[in-house]
Amino acid sequence: MKLLSKGAEADLYIAEWYGRKVVIKRRISKVYRNPCLDLRLRASRTVREAENMHEAKKASVPTPIIYLVDKESTTLIMEYIDGLRVKEALGMLDNSQKEKLCEQIGMKVGMLHSTSLIHGDLTTSNMIVCGDKVFFIDFGLSFHSHSDEDKGVDLHLLKRALDSTHYKESRDCLKYILQGYREVSGESYTSKILKKMKEIEYRGRYFSGRT
Amino acid sequence: MKDLLCLGIESTAHTFGAGIVSEDGKIYSDSRDVYIPVIGRGIHPTEAAQHHNIVAPRVILDAFRKADLKPGMIDIIAYSCGPGLGPCLRVGATIARALSTYLCKPLVPVNHAIAHIEIASLNTGAKDPLTVLVSGGHTAIVAYAAGRWRIYGETEDITLGNLLDMFAREVGLPLPGGPEVERLAEMGKIFIDLPYTVKGNDVAYSGLLSAALRKYRDGVDLTDLCFSLQEVAFAMIAEATERSLAHTEKKELLLSGGVAANKRLQGMLESIAREHNVKFYCVDKSLSGDSGVQIAWNGILAYRCGLRIDVEKSLVKSRWRLDQVDIPWRS
Repeated sequence: MKLLSKGAEADLYIAEWYGRKVVIKRRISKVYRNPCLDLRLRASRTVREAENMHEAKKASVPTPIIYLVDKESTTLIMEYIDGLRVKEALGMLDNSQKEKLCEQIGMKVGMLHSTSLIHGDLTTSNMIVCGDKVFFIDFGLSFHSHSDEDKGVDLHLLKRALDSTHYKESRDCLKYILQGYREVSGESYTSKILKKMKEIEYRGRYFSGRT
Repeated sequence: MKDLLCLGIESTAHTFGAGIVSEDGKIYSDSRDVYIPVIGRGIHPTEAAQHHNIVAPRVILDAFRKADLKPGMIDIIAYSCGPGLGPCLRVGATIARALSTYLCKPLVPVNHAIAHIEIASLNTGAKDPLTVLVSGGHTAIVAYAAGRWRIYGETEDITLGNLLDMFAREVGLPLPGGPEVERLAEMGKIFIDLPYTVKGNDVAYSGLLSAALRKYRDGVDLTDLCFSLQEVAFAMIAEATERSLAHTEKKELLLSGGVAANKRLQGMLESIAREHNVKFYCVDKSLSGDSGVQIAWNGILAYRCGLRIDVEKSLVKSRWRLDQVDIPWRS
């Protein structure tokens, strides 16, 4: 078992499991957190992640296969995706490749939303490029919702992740992502969500566009 | 050549402050007077501005007296230009303009939030930290990259300081609410389930506030409630911080702003830093709250990069996001 990365809420290990290369995701207890709260969060997120990762497949969104859910030790065992995080991949692409990737991301987010699945933590660290597919991971904060507000927040978080981490190309990336989203969700629905997104942004502290 | 001396004037919200800092980061004086609303009420902008008007001359003279300097010996006048409450900001700006004109010294506008971060950096020696700025006006997780502080996570509604103040106000505790809630929380024992809202690296506190107040009206023990409120609210920002830390892969973590004075919050973030092998810094309590010192220090940083403003153009910006400010002194 080899430590792959220390995420925010879980340790990720690469391991062999019945002949398969797998990722073991263990949500570790946070010493800083009240024990009652800690257990509640870890258990519910472990189950939710497994459920919704599977659910995403129904919306044609690639996710790792879940092999095992252990609620006791708040551990998931899932398929290892051999690829590059979008965070790193973006910097290596030329413009047309970038457009294609971002458009694909937008389409996949649109597909999730069309089945009322909200990812809850859309950042470029949580998407893996593997061949011509983009895998979505980290469904710990995901949930089901039909509301435009929740979909708007989902996209707002993605926009902010781009603005902060990919500030040089965030405008283009977002444009392509929304292009993809629009293709899947349709013009009128997309503009409704975009309006919501703007509204959420303006709700933030000290936005000068706010009236 | 002698070191530049800067007078900083702060008046974004409840504090009117004047501080003098030199170019090498030495704090000559820190004078403040805080407007405290009557119990059960929040900051009334006009009343706060009136307070600032009344105390301003005394606070500024006090800053010079403590520094043992004469007004003419100052090289730069910096003022808190925003974000904040319009009527309050205008008091500080008006005084800064008058001093700048009378003393023939350059005027430098300062973003109050950036000033919190910069004074915390000076105070702790943090070089390139992921910064958690928590106060009455801000709840944001930021890091510097390519000329600007970038926001990785923030509140989607009220701030952490708001949460504590509004809770304190509703349950009859004096303002500022943070220290009071902290004091009572230390006596709390039972953890009460309250809503926990983290959205990616963002947090939202308004639901937590409503739920906590509902529990209070239901007769839940106030010390237990303060304890649980702190546990949930701080765990939320701690988690958002941890996510941002994993995402940015910064090697330093800096806690700044008024709520940074809270020991429980410090403990949580320190624990995260240890877990991720990152160096933890926390601004000293004497510099965590609003002060003229932070404005003065930021004034020096900005002035050295050629930033200044004509008196005629020195308007206040009550909405001025920290990610909209160019930061030439860090590049």
